[in-house]
Amino acid sequence: MTALVWLLPAFPAAGAALNGVFGIRWFNRTVTAAVACLSMLASLALAIVAAVNVARVPLARTVVLGDWIPAIPAVTSNGHLPFHVAWTLLMDPLAAVMTLVVTGIGLLIHVYATAYMREESRGSYARFFCYMNLFCAFMLLLVLGGNFLVLFVGWEGVGLCSYLLIGFWYQKTSAVDAGRKAFIVNRIGDWGFVLGIMAAFLAFGTLDLQGVAAAAGHWPIERAQFGGLSIICLLLFVGAAGKSAQIPLYVWLPDAMEGPTPVSALIHAATMVTAGVYIVARNAVLFSHAPLVLAIIAIVGALTALMAASIAVVQTDIKRVLAYSTISQLGLMFLAAGVGAVSAAVFHLVTHAFFKALLFLGSGVVIHALAGEQDMRRMGGLKRYLPLTFVTMVIGALAIAGAPPLAGFFSKDEILLQAFGRNRALWALGSLTSLLTAFYMFRLIALTFYGPYKGDAAREPHDARGAMAVPLMFLAIGTIVVGFIGIPRTLGGANAIEHFLAPSFTETRPASVAIIAGQPDPPGTAERVAEARAELARDRAAHRAAFPVTEVTQERAWALMLLSALIAATGLAGAWRFYVTHPDVPRRAAERSSALHALLVNDYYVDDLYHATIVRGTFAAAREFWRVDLRVIDAFVNAWGIGTRVLAWISHIVDKLGVDGAVNATGWTAGEGSFLVRRGQTGLVQNYALLILVGVCAFLTLYMLAPGLELMRDLFAARQ
Amino acid sequence: MPITPYHYLVLAAALFTIGVIGVMVRRNIIILFMSIELMLNAVNLNLVAFSRLYGHVVGQVFALFIVAVAAAEAAVGLGILLAFYRNKETLNVDEVNLLRG
Amino acid sequence: MAHLLSLILFTPLAGATLLLFVPRAQEQAIRWMAAIVATLGFVVSLPLWFKYDFGATGWQFAERAEWIPSIGASYYLGVDGYSALLVLLTTLIGAIAVLCSWSAITERVKEYYVSLLVLQTGLLGAFMALDFLLFFLFWEVMLVPMYFLIGIWGGGRRLYSAIKFFLYTLVGSVVMLLGILALYFVNHTATGSYSFDVTQMQQLAIPFALQKWIFLALFFGFAIKVPMFPFHTWLPDAHTDAPTAGSVILAAIMLKMGTYGFVRFSLPILPDASRYFVPLVAALSIVGIVYGALVALAQTDWKRLVAYSSVSHMGMVMLGIFALTPIGLTGALLQQINHGISTGALFLIVGIVYERRQTREIAEYGGLSKAMPVFAAVFLIMTLSSIGLPALNGFIGELLILQGVYIVHPIWAGAGAVGIVLGAAYMLWLFQRTMFGALDRQENASMADLGLREIVTFAPLIALAIWIGIYPSPFIRRLEGTVTRVTARVSPGALPAVAGVPPGAAPALNETGAGTGFTPPLASCDSAPSAPTSAAPGAPPNFVTMASCGDAPAKPAPNAAPQPAPHTPPKKPGGR
Repeated sequence: MTALVWLLPAFPAAGAALNGVFGIRWFNRTVTAAVACLSMLASLALAIVAAVNVARVPLARTVVLGDWIPAIPAVTSNGHLPFHVAWTLLMDPLAAVMTLVVTGIGLLIHVYATAYMREESRGSYARFFCYMNLFCAFMLLLVLGGNFLVLFVGWEGVGLCSYLLIGFWYQKTSAVDAGRKAFIVNRIGDWGFVLGIMAAFLAFGTLDLQGVAAAAGHWPIERAQFGGLSIICLLLFVGAAGKSAQIPLYVWLPDAMEGPTPVSALIHAATMVTAGVYIVARNAVLFSHAPLVLAIIAIVGALTALMAASIAVVQTDIKRVLAYSTISQLGLMFLAAGVGAVSAAVFHLVTHAFFKALLFLGSGVVIHALAGEQDMRRMGGLKRYLPLTFVTMVIGALAIAGAPPLAGFFSKDEILLQAFGRNRALWALGSLTSLLTAFYMFRLIALTFYGPYKGDAAREPHDARGAMAVPLMFLAIGTIVVGFIGIPRTLGGANAIEHFLAPSFTETRPASVAIIAGQPDPPGTAERVAEARAELARDRAAHRAAFPVTEVTQERAWALMLLSALIAATGLAGAWRFYVTHPDVPRRAAERSSALHALLVNDYYVDDLYHATIVRGTFAAAREFWRVDLRVIDAFVNAWGIGTRVLAWISHIVDKLGVDGAVNATGWTAGEGSFLVRRGQTGLVQNYALLILVGVCAFLTLYMLAPGLELMRDLFAARQ
Repeated sequence: MPITPYHYLVLAAALFTIGVIGVMVRRNIIILFMSIELMLNAVNLNLVAFSRLYGHVVGQVFALFIVAVAAAEAAVGLGILLAFYRNKETLNVDEVNLLRG
Repeated sequence: MAHLLSLILFTPLAGATLLLFVPRAQEQAIRWMAAIVATLGFVVSLPLWFKYDFGATGWQFAERAEWIPSIGASYYLGVDGYSALLVLLTTLIGAIAVLCSWSAITERVKEYYVSLLVLQTGLLGAFMALDFLLFFLFWEVMLVPMYFLIGIWGGGRRLYSAIKFFLYTLVGSVVMLLGILALYFVNHTATGSYSFDVTQMQQLAIPFALQKWIFLALFFGFAIKVPMFPFHTWLPDAHTDAPTAGSVILAAIMLKMGTYGFVRFSLPILPDASRYFVPLVAALSIVGIVYGALVALAQTDWKRLVAYSSVSHMGMVMLGIFALTPIGLTGALLQQINHGISTGALFLIVGIVYERRQTREIAEYGGLSKAMPVFAAVFLIMTLSSIGLPALNGFIGELLILQGVYIVHPIWAGAGAVGIVLGAAYMLWLFQRTMFGALDRQENASMADLGLREIVTFAPLIALAIWIGIYPSPFIRRLEGTVTRVTARVSPGALPAVAGVPPGAAPALNETGAGTGFTPPLASCDSAPSAPTSAAPGAPPNFVTMASCGDAPAKPAPNAAPQPAPHTPPKKPGGR
């Protein structure tokens, strides 16, 4: 049964394949929608079954689907260990929770999108659902991945689908640019992530998630210095920051709102951006051994939360408010993880998925009703036209603000509680963020639903109907209900989710089992199961010790909870005053502190800073290098060519003048010399006769003188 | 004074010199031929004188050969002269420069 | 089959000869014949895949014949896993190149296909030759047809590019010849007989100082071919101005000649010099990765952009090779195949739009997804393959390379990994500028989508990209032999110890201390005296006679299941 876990990503993948290959050409909208939603429904069913299984038997199951990269010898810190990666999936409590979120929220959003995207052409409709299903398949692969590389396949896959979906309306340049920005910023994070994976292999000799956790348990905790484990964790966090839009890699998320609203809801609220939190949670054991990195994560999370919340206060585009809100809430999740409350982070992930998706889908209804209007300054008075949407969005806003007893209250309260126990400054940042969150969220509600109706009087906006309404209702109910899985002990609850997730975070792994897909369970599985149950009971204490969190007293817990509720109320009241009862207050406030206002509206000029430095710098470097390539390197090469030709010309000249000249000179000499010699040939007999005579006389002289010459020579020789 | 062989030699030398100068100086071809004959005869005289001096007949025989050769050479030369005269209408040896280079 | 390699080698040549007899006017007949010959060439090379012997440690399908006995040159062909994969890639790309020029080449069709087939022979011969002179012959043979291909059927500044390509590569080859001759004489000094036999040279122990010079000589020839920074400037011109098939073959195959030379010759024959020069080569490679990517970002010519991306990718491959670890080497060898597939496909893609609109300027295009959806899908898949998206082939190669580099030098891996960010930047920007955006030009809107022939040229590449990405095991297992052998020669410490070999054996026979550069300390296996020439002159040397410490360790059997996560005993909380 467990071996069927591979079906979880397979169903959406099949849906994507069907819609992609056949749907674009031949399916009509109904068939496309049915294929997409049914595949998600099947996955959801399987996820529920898997979760139930895991709840009954808290055994981490690794399913091996097949070999991927065969063993290659390598030298690691533990000696010679082969680099060997297989396609494995891991099903344990954390994975169960994540798959439930992905498939559940995913199904609801798919259903919503079947109505939202109805105006697209048939081919585009099919393309949309192909991408959506593909995204869900990759996301499931990510959360189910049994080793870092399978996880990374999902990781990059969701990045790809995000790129395709943000730029879905690809004729719009801004959309395509936003998609590219998202992909590249994610890639910068992936740079760190990949290096982290490689460092992990070097340190542990395996990339299997269970194996890494087990190996990490033997390493010392690096409290004082930045050791090897800290480097691994830091690199992994760089990747997480890229994916989950933390400082400094968050700039892609607001622009990603160019995509259709269901995309924003699914990818940029509920699932993909939570992958970073999932990474930290999945490697909780590893991170717990690097407290310095955890501190960095907490600080970055808190700062991101506050910064994003502050920017959201002045945003005018409804989706951008929600985008910055997502960044802010993700910051809170990382804050939780950083202080050691990993299950609180995951709990908040779950609740956030519900209410953020709800808010996004609600805003989608608003946008749809106003025929594409996204600027809140042109909205207003929609309360009476869109009652269902109003109610559900108010529920969502209350949840995110942290109003009890909705989901957000319990999860956020848990985070703040744990933060308080660890570091008051972080708690203060978190609380301030909550205040701002409540404020801007109700500002959104007020601007959208209250006040005079500024739209077209003739064209009455209609509320969500059918396929768009049902998901809203489900999400609203979920928002109310899902908090109850995490009611803390202080309130008398069982904190079920923390206990459910505990086995995934403990260093002492309950027995885990590796199952080969297609083969029967290995022998001894039943014994292991019994052992696991016993061990879980023992492990609860160990879990608490693994993450040393100061136990806060009951009174303090109550006090903090009350404070959170008060903060929420304050924020709500503030928004009410600013935007409903005294609507000109914000305008005057903006005028009075215009510098601050400008700073916030331009998101602290971070985007501009990046553009001016990194983007322009990269392009400038690219052009400069190209110029170097052409003018310097190629010039050098061409100079060789030119030099050779100059040499050749010199050779030619030397050849023509020197060598050939010598040859010609010989001929010329011969020719000119002959002129001289010719003058002796007069043709006159008497001259010849004279010459004969002269010659004879000369010979005679010589002949006769010869003895005399010899005589003289002998005389000379004798004289000396 | 008795006539010694030296008288003959001197005479032969003088005749020979006159002949050489004639060959080189005179322009008329017939005079040239006559000078060549003179040279040849001077040599004859020399030969005969030595023949008489040494008392054997070799010199005289050689002189007879030279007379015959001189005759033949004169005949051939006059033939060439006639051919030349028919072409050039002059007996000036300076005009015989067809082999000029 | 006894003469499989010769058959593979001479099929294109035979086809070219046959083509010579077809009258010039029968263009369709020529095209069909060339296509059949090229496909036949691929089919003939398939036994290299199916009949590959995983257990063999030596050269497979080897054949040897006397060629020039007086100087010791023999006709010696043989493959191992790496060259077998390269040969298969060559024949496949050759067939694809012939198919893709069907409608693109309309003048001097006969000469074109003859040149293409002769070029194919040159490429195949270089990959199969185990005799240095034979290798050099084939190395030079492929220059001339390429020169003609660029110079006659190319575009732009084709004459300049052709001459530049030819002379630049020739200069490198000539310097390489010096190295070859030096090795020839060193071989004679060591073994007493003159021979160009590469397998023999791979077992020599050459003095370190001499090794350095020979390495530099060979480096010059191979580095120009790779191309490594700063010897790369011939590549943009040659790639851009060549016809589509020429670019495809140039990028997919010819660039691999350089890296093949390093792996086959420089590393095994000159291990100490290879170790010594690792910092230099790694630095040049990293510069190549980043520089190539950045310059690609600035390009406005589609083909030139892809050409510079090749510089970047090959820089990554060189980095992997010179990490001198099994993982890095495996990744580098695999990435060569991947690069052939993805960059070959990218050049095909450019060729398709060029054929339709005769322009390569990126600014001339835009919004093509609407007009050519199938083309857009193919382009997207190949873009993703090129930037290393997991589940496609590029990822496996890049991951293994970076992991291999990380093991020995993490900073280098960090620098090299910047390439994955920049790769995404320029490729996605290219994709966006050409495929997305408004379709506002009429010329673009009326462009025809992919036809059947064009889909056939892409299909094998897409299939391979997905296959290698999801299940690279058959490819990696075929590379094991080469990786083990080369690593044993050049950094034996990276391999698990084999029974009977003392770990950390002191390096000997080198004048200076070998093993400079990086940890782990390396044991040189050069301590064994060089093997004498085998008794039977006709038999290829048996590789097992090499010093035993270099022999392939017992490879782990292809296992179906990894070890399950260890069952750790419960740990007391107080132990923290």
